[in-house]
Amino acid sequence: MTPQLTIHEAHGLLKAKKLSSVELTKACLKRIKEVEPRLKALVSVTGELALKQAEKADQRIAKSDIEPLTGIPVVLKDVLCTRGIKTTCSSKMLENFVPPYDATVVEKLNNCGAVTVGKANMDEFAMGSSTEHSAFFPTHNPWDLDRVPGGSSGGSAVAVASDEGIFALGSDTGGSIRQPAGFCSVVGMKPTYGRVSRYGLVAFASSLDQIGPLTKDVTDCALVLNAIVGFDNRDSTSVPEPTPDYTKCLDGDLKGMKLGVPQEYFVKGMQPEVEAALSAAIEKLEELGAKVDRNVSLPSTPYALPVYYIIAPSEASANLARYDGVKYGFSYKDTDSMWEAMEKTRQYGFGDEVKRRIMLGTYALSAGYYDAYYLKAQKVRTLIRREFDTAFEKYDALVTPTSPTVPFKIGEKLDDPVQMYLSDVCTLPINIAGVPGISIPAGFGNGLPIGMQIIGKPFGEEAILKVAYAYEQATEWHKMRAGI
Amino acid sequence: MLHIARLARVGLTDEDVGRLREQLSNILENFEALKQVDTTDVPPTAQSIPLQNVTKDDEVKPSLPQEQTLANAPRKDGEYFRVKAVLE
Repeated sequence: MTPQLTIHEAHGLLKAKKLSSVELTKACLKRIKEVEPRLKALVSVTGELALKQAEKADQRIAKSDIEPLTGIPVVLKDVLCTRGIKTTCSSKMLENFVPPYDATVVEKLNNCGAVTVGKANMDEFAMGSSTEHSAFFPTHNPWDLDRVPGGSSGGSAVAVASDEGIFALGSDTGGSIRQPAGFCSVVGMKPTYGRVSRYGLVAFASSLDQIGPLTKDVTDCALVLNAIVGFDNRDSTSVPEPTPDYTKCLDGDLKGMKLGVPQEYFVKGMQPEVEAALSAAIEKLEELGAKVDRNVSLPSTPYALPVYYIIAPSEASANLARYDGVKYGFSYKDTDSMWEAMEKTRQYGFGDEVKRRIMLGTYALSAGYYDAYYLKAQKVRTLIRREFDTAFEKYDALVTPTSPTVPFKIGEKLDDPVQMYLSDVCTLPINIAGVPGISIPAGFGNGLPIGMQIIGKPFGEEAILKVAYAYEQATEWHKMRAGI
Repeated sequence: MLHIARLARVGLTDEDVGRLREQLSNILENFEALKQVDTTDVPPTAQSIPLQNVTKDDEVKPSLPQEQTLANAPRKDGEYFRVKAVLE
């Protein structure tokens, strides 16, 4: 049996008793064994636990107690706390950290009867756009092993694209779900800030972080969203909004929908194949009945990159102050001085990119620079949000590329942080505004995946799922598999 | 650079200092564009949702057991975290 199945396909087979969760889980574990030496998408494989969870799921299914995710294998980004299972954030700092509790989303998946088959590699502490900043190893793109899968949820995207799991969870602070989804030709959504509880998500930049699904199609995205959203009193930024059934909006009908294409997202340096794929995709949306305005302007967009690279590192420098070598994590012991121990713990425990961002954030928050950098960035953040608010008075959703380029070569941007940061130029503004965004497969350039991003208003996940589903059903991109 | 490293309590080698100085200057150069933006009378945004002063009922609930809280401690002493001397 092959795990080349979507959630809804596998669910159909499980429900009809044509397949057991143990069989499906074994197929994923076999697939992992087969492709993992080439892809390196996983930090740990949780085979024993998975089989136990699968047996339990089968017992539930035998009693006809089945939910859409019951018995379905999932890969979790290694930034989500799993009780009793190492959660490393792909960092030396947390190499041996075993959380004493589950993240809320993990608890929710466990209650649904989902089966955890592994923890996914990522850029260390979710800081990066290529998964090359993992302290352990880089992950390879299944469409071309010499190229990056994007990041920071690169392992999650690769696991889904290569059928190591049926779906995955990632986290997205500036594009970390959508950009790797685009680079690996899978579906990835960052929900509205506050929609999914962040309890148990190891913090990077708390005003931007959000957990979301990576799946093989839009229907699966809606199913996972149904399972993970909702208010949680353990996360004070979790919003008590009603949670709809996200599969209800998947009707393929775009008649009367108004879509906008913001010009500023077609940045200088965008590859022509990405631009061509987007133009074709936008025409397709028109054919499907949407009314498209190609001349939308969100003039503050170019400032999103500096705003992000001030706010995110500032918050990170505060969040990562907890890694002091005292309570958990790596600890430098070979000294009698407390301060030296702390400095050496952080020197050897953190990788280069993490240190770079801590330094940048500490600088932006330090006396004399706070107003010029941090406060200024927060004010421009307001302008960016307002432009989205205004746009959503006129349009139901906005359509842009997910990234200006196709996946780049491993090593290509590693020594040039500014070039690396530009890879997220189309996804960062969405986190800054706190609105939802989804990336779906929208074609290929020289055999490499291209993603289309659809952006919605706050708590407007249904509108973007509706557009994404209609496009997906009218195209074949989501059915194409990496030949690995 | 050394002042910032000290504020952040991150140890750096001489090589790190040289590389970071160059990379951070490059990054900061890209931030200059923000200075052109007119933000007169624009309030700052710290977070994007309309929630303020979120509180919850003060309920008595069991916390993590001590054993689990200490399970990941690099150094412990009975029921305490062990740290280096703070005052010398």
